[in-house]
Order: sequence, then structure tokens, then C-alpha cells
Amino acid sequence: MRRRRLLRTATGVLLTALMLFPVYWMVNVSLTPPGKMRKSPPDFFPTTPTFDGYVRVFNEQLPYFLTSLLVASGTVVLTLALAAPAAYSLAKLRPRGRRPLWFVLLVAQMIPGIIMALGFYGIYVSLGITNSVSGLILADSTIAVPFAVLILSSFMASVPDELVQAARIDGAGAVRVFWSIVLPVSRNGIVTAALFAFLWAWSDFVFAATLDSGGSLKPLTLGIYRYIGNNNQEWNAIMATAVVASVPAAVLLVLAQRFVAAGITAGAVKD
Amino acid sequence: MQLRRQLVGWAFLLPLLAYLLLSYAYPLLTNLDLSLRDNTIRTFVHGGAPFVGFANYAAVFADPAFGTAVLHTVVFTLVSLVFQYAAGLALAVFFTRSFPLSATLRALFLVPWLLPLIVSASTWAWMLNSEAGVVNAVLAAFGVDKVDWLTSPNWSLVSVTVANIWIGIPFNLVVLHSGLRNIPAEVYEASALDGANGWQTFWRITFPMLRPVSGITLLLGLVYTLKVFDIIWIMTRGGPSGASTTLAVKSYELGFGNMLPRFGPSAAVGNVLILVAMVAGICYVRVQRHQEEA
Repeated sequence: MRRRRLLRTATGVLLTALMLFPVYWMVNVSLTPPGKMRKSPPDFFPTTPTFDGYVRVFNEQLPYFLTSLLVASGTVVLTLALAAPAAYSLAKLRPRGRRPLWFVLLVAQMIPGIIMALGFYGIYVSLGITNSVSGLILADSTIAVPFAVLILSSFMASVPDELVQAARIDGAGAVRVFWSIVLPVSRNGIVTAALFAFLWAWSDFVFAATLDSGGSLKPLTLGIYRYIGNNNQEWNAIMATAVVASVPAAVLLVLAQRFVAAGITAGAVKD
Repeated sequence: MQLRRQLVGWAFLLPLLAYLLLSYAYPLLTNLDLSLRDNTIRTFVHGGAPFVGFANYAAVFADPAFGTAVLHTVVFTLVSLVFQYAAGLALAVFFTRSFPLSATLRALFLVPWLLPLIVSASTWAWMLNSEAGVVNAVLAAFGVDKVDWLTSPNWSLVSVTVANIWIGIPFNLVVLHSGLRNIPAEVYEASALDGANGWQTFWRITFPMLRPVSGITLLLGLVYTLKVFDIIWIMTRGGPSGASTTLAVKSYELGFGNMLPRFGPSAAVGNVLILVAMVAGICYVRVQRHQEEA
């Protein structure tokens, strides 16, 4: 029995290693000196690691990094500000005629980003607000808002009605109930929604490439894209940027694994 | 009192409704308008593009490249879904067994799904590089000749599909795993008492009981796959000569990929994609309702 369990662990480790090989390879290449980059066969381990790629990232990509941070944080704030009150209404106030909204939110999640991007581009060009951080935040939020409303309302629906009733009897109005009871109790849902909003805005390439390709404030995804577009593709620097761009995902996984899993299954599985 | 409650409820929804109009309805209508006009860069900026009805759609449908893109979209989507689902399900079943490190390893499997697509796509692009890529190096060790993964018209669609499958496996694994855990243990006990072996239990019990979750997983996978643009654009730019161009890539290529953007046809292709997404959305709602009734 014990041996079988260990055998399973060994199989699991092997499968995970296979699955994560590309991630390892990204790190490996980011440490490979440019001179050995085109070597065939490539080195499987960074025997002579160089941090030149990371130095270049620091020197050249720092503004991009900060823009990404700004855009992602802004998207989180906007998403929560819009989604939390709406989710509260859907879950607890339940006004009549709300049902079509569910459908709208579901379908909204399914619209390909590239189509939204073209529409936004048309609007932004005529308003002259392409290449702006706020424009990018508004566009990026469209990826997260419908998801955030749906997941927050499912978290808020599990707040006991008795709790809400008790507060109302004590004279609390709807705003008070929302702010002091429902929001704190559904903290986990808010964390989940915020995590995904951040991650999606951080990872966005479609909106950045269409709405923000000419300005000085570009996000990190465009920084990578610019490196790839260079004729002398320097993969050591590209992969170093990629590693840096992966940091938020890694942090999320370590700090908030259960929220991530909750977010992925939300909407797909009814418990 | 009742009316007041209704009004308060709608007051809380108001910001969201305004937002949906401003940043969903307005861009989508702009898109529709673009698809019905003959825009040049000049008219795009200054307005006044002539209304041409469905001429852009007609032009798009008449273009043989559109048919090819549809075919690529279907192949890319179907192959991705089948392999993501099969691998995800196999792994989900594997991870329902208890063994040391099980939860940690399962968490690590999420990494590909969490990485920015441009990161995954550029990593795969370098791994599949003809001359210096690790994939060809490993194949060479087994005596296989060099394959031009990204630059040969025979392989580019395969390559982007493989990368997309890799990205999609974690989602399938997590959702199916949570579906598996919702199957009551008694069912398995009964099946074991009846003397069913593992294989029989899987096909007669697990798989049928997982059907609703499988349906939702595949449907969401379909929607995500239809959207895929970043991976393909970064790995192959839809090339060589359209060999890995899907509808989403086509739409971007027409609108943004050239020095001479063709916004009308780009929007037209996009609106075809929206129709497909809408149908998937309706299916999703139906499956979910079915599940709630069951």
C-alpha cells in the first residue's frame, strides 16, 4: 500500500515535470549567454549562467513593467467598484427583471477580445484617446467585469439572509448592509475576483497591441512583443522578460492557490 | 416599501448597466457600423465613410482565404478540445487518488494556464525553432530529421494547436477534478461491491455521472479556443501564407496586421465570430438550466 502511494507520487512528479518543461526551458534560456543560444544541441542546464538578460530587462523594460502594474491595479479597482454593488443587488436585493442580465453577462464573457478591440479602437481614434492608460484600463476591465459580477454574486448569495434581516431590523439601510456586512463576509469572493482581474489585465496583449501600440506608456506584454519583432531576436532577453512577466502568476499560485482554483471552477461546476 | 426595495435594487445595478452600455454595447455597435461601411484610414479618423451594406461580408465570404480560415478554426478548435479534455480527464482521475504531494503537484499544473499568453507563446516559439529549438534537438537524438515546426505550411497549425492544448489542460484538469469530487463515494463503493474493476467503474459510473460537468467544460473550452489569437499571432502570425490563420487571427490581420488596414472586412469577420460565440452562449445557458433541473 505504501509502495503504491509512493509509486503514484513518482508518476505525479514525472507528469508535472513534463508539463512544466516549457516553464523550465524559459528560465534556462533566460540564463543562457547569447553566444551559446544557437548552439545545437542546446544546453539543458545553465552551466555558465548569465544575468545579462535580466540586466537588460531592468534597464529597458522597467517603464513597461510599471505601466503593467498601473494598468492591472487600475483594472482591479474599476472591476470591483462596478461588480461588487451589482453582485450585491443580484444576490440579495433581487429586483424584478434582473434575469436577462445573467444572460447578458454570460454572453459578454464569450465575446472574443479581438472584436472588442476593434470596436474600442474605432471609438478611441475618433475621441483621440488611443495610447492612454485609462483607455487601456477601461478596455481591460471588459475581460474581468462579467466574471467578477458572476463570481461575487455566487459568494454573496451564500451570506445568510438572516444576517441581512437582522441588520435591517436594527435599522441599517441597503448601503450599510452592503458595506458593513455583505462585503466583509464575502471577502474570499472579492479576493478571487481581484486576483483574476489583475492577472488578466497584466497578461493582456490584444488590447495593448491595438489600443496602446504607439504611446510611450506601454505594458510589459508589448515590451516582449517588441523584442520578438526585432530582427536580431535576442532570446536571452526575451525569455528574461517573460520570466519577469510570469512573476505575478507565480506569486498568485503560492499565496492564493485555493482562490485560483475557486475562480476557475466558478460557473463551471455547481456545488 | 416593496417599490422602494425594487428601486434600491436597481440603483445598485445602475453603474454596471451604464458600464455595459458604454464598454460593451458601444464598441460592438461601432464594430457593426465599421462592418457596414467602406473605411479608409482617412475616413476612420475623420468619419464620413460611405455606407456599403453587406458588401464587406460578401467580399469576405467570396475570399477563398476565408474558407481556409474557417477550416483552420474548426480543426484548431476540435483538436484542441479533444486533447485538452482527454488529458485533463486522465489527470483529474489520477489526482483523485490520495498520495503524498498530490495537492502540490495539482497546483503546479495550473502554471501554464496562469502565465500570460505572450509568455507561453514566445517560449513555445523558441522551443520549436527549426535550428536551435529544443524539440528538434530531442528528436534528432532519436534520429528524426529537422522539422520546420513554425515555418512549414504542413506543421504550423499543428504547432500552435499543441501550444494551445498545453495551455488548456490545466483548466480541464481543475474543473473535471472538482466534478469528480462531487460524485458521492457510495456510488463507487456499490460498484466495487458488485465486483466492477477500475476500467468498468470509469466507463459505466464515473464518465456518465460526469457528463454535465464535461458538457460545461467543453463548451467553455470551445469559447476560449475560438477567442485564441495571441498564441497564433506570436508563434506564426497565422503563416506561412495563411497556413495557421483562424478567424480571430484573420480579423486582427485585416484590421491591424498590415500597413493598409481594412477595417470593414476585419469587423465583418469579427461579427461572424460573435455569432458563433452567441450560439455557444445559448447552449451554455441551456446546459446549465438542464443541470439545475436535474
